[in-house]
Amino acid sequence: MSSVSIAKTSRESVPANVGGDAVLAVEDIHKRFGETEVLRGISLTAQTGDVIAILGSSGSGKSTFLRCLNFLESPSAGRIHLHGEEIRTRPDREGSLRPASHGQLTRLRARVGMVFQQFNLWPHMTVLANLIEAPRRVHGMGKAEATEKAEALLEKVGLADRRDYYPAHLSGGQQQRAAIARTLAMDPEVILFDEPTSALDPELVGEVLGVMASLAEEGRTMLIVTHEMGFARDVSTRTLFLHEGRVEEEGAPEALFSNPQSDRLRKFLSRHLT
Amino acid sequence: MPDLSGFEHQLLLGLWMTIRLALTALAIGLVLGLAGAAAMAAPVAPLRWLARAYTTIIRGIPELLVVLLIYFGSSVLLMRLARPLGYTGYIELSPFVAGAVALALTFGGYASEVFRGAFQAVPVGQAEAAQALGMGRIAIFFRIVLPQAWRIALPGLGNLFLVLMKDTALVSVIGLEEIMRKAQFATGATKEPFTFYLAAAVLYLGLTIVSMSLLAWMERRANRGMPRARAS
Ligand SMILES: Nc1ncnc2c1ncn2[C@@H]1O[C@H](COP(=O)(O)OP(=O)(O)OP(=O)(O)O)[C@@H](O)[C@H]1O
Ligand SMILES: [Mg+2]
Repeated sequence: MSSVSIAKTSRESVPANVGGDAVLAVEDIHKRFGETEVLRGISLTAQTGDVIAILGSSGSGKSTFLRCLNFLESPSAGRIHLHGEEIRTRPDREGSLRPASHGQLTRLRARVGMVFQQFNLWPHMTVLANLIEAPRRVHGMGKAEATEKAEALLEKVGLADRRDYYPAHLSGGQQQRAAIARTLAMDPEVILFDEPTSALDPELVGEVLGVMASLAEEGRTMLIVTHEMGFARDVSTRTLFLHEGRVEEEGAPEALFSNPQSDRLRKFLSRHLT
Repeated sequence: MPDLSGFEHQLLLGLWMTIRLALTALAIGLVLGLAGAAAMAAPVAPLRWLARAYTTIIRGIPELLVVLLIYFGSSVLLMRLARPLGYTGYIELSPFVAGAVALALTFGGYASEVFRGAFQAVPVGQAEAAQALGMGRIAIFFRIVLPQAWRIALPGLGNLFLVLMKDTALVSVIGLEEIMRKAQFATGATKEPFTFYLAAAVLYLGLTIVSMSLLAWMERRANRGMPRARAS
């Protein structure tokens, strides 16, 4: 575990115009792969500026849950609302819920960003090209505008001098920061992080967590699956512990980490807190 | 320059015909290859069987026979189809079209396998990253997946093209006046087979060398940004 200690910042700076309504509301998500039910009813509400850390051991369904939120995986049941707008679905032949409207799916995905464990930068494009691709294709943004914006984002994640590099010529930490900038280029309202530092050498973890902490400080709404306990404790506003596809325990990070209620969370924490 | 008894011009015409034939077959063959690869990965079983049958047949039949079957078979088929429409005359594909189709079918059969492997080698996360950003299927295919699959497929496709180019000589049997046919004419007129077959060999070799350098350039381009291309 890396030793970042980022002081929790006050959230009073969050833009007030959103008036406490939920950015993302997820109700009773189920997911089965064939016979096995991997998600057994997960609900979650994220207000603007919430940073929700999701913990759980391997196989507990963390990735599957995040992937259901932008329909990279089709949930078997459940409902997803973005800013009060329900994403309409209809069941396919296997009983998985597919988005009913292509346009609505595109809007959902444009507004909910995702950062992957393996970065998934496009290796045949430079960093800059990675950043401007989706804004241009999805938002129809002009090249000059997209480039200007991308440069500002690269500045922000500390990669201004790497814009013309190909991903393969960057370190893992730089690649993940570029991938975060690529997601930010779409101006997402929520960002999903799936173990963003798990593929990194330990000495590169801190730089990525630093960028994520600064996003939290800006008041971004984020769902973060992570094994970085220090980061979850210090930066999240709420922490969830998943076990076998259910939320086993949930609460303020202070309470969860210092006073876990369930045996399972206690065991999990004793394994992961060194 | 060796003495080609005034047949230089004819040989060059043959060379031009060979180039046109090879490029036409390549263009059709690439489309067939992509379609074949798509069919092999299709969720619909009959499409997969069709693709399997296609590649098996192509692999199992000598190229010369494919050329003859397409040329004479298409003639029979077209006349059958035309009869109900009231047309009873003789129809045949031009040797150029028949030859291009035959070569394209062969190229496409092998290219299906090359493309299939190449698409499988592109990690799913590549398309998922684009999906997660809201990009549409078509943009994802042409902007994200195809360029990466292309890079992987290029060496294999290049080899298939070199084979295709030499196989154009087979189309001389149905009368297309490409390099080989022109060389045969010249041989008949001058009774100097060695001279003209050697000239033909030099032309094919020249085509191959040019193609190989083009391919090497394309591979360098496609490999930009890849770890092993760092030197350039
Ligand atoms: N496409 C799939 N088909 C079948 N089973 C799957 C699929 N994806 C995930 N699973 C199963 O679902 C369960 C949950 O997987 P998931 O990847 O969500 O776990 P996770 O909590 O993210 O674990 P990790 O910490 O290892 O990333 C696992 O048992 C996994 O084997
Ligand atoms: Mg996971």
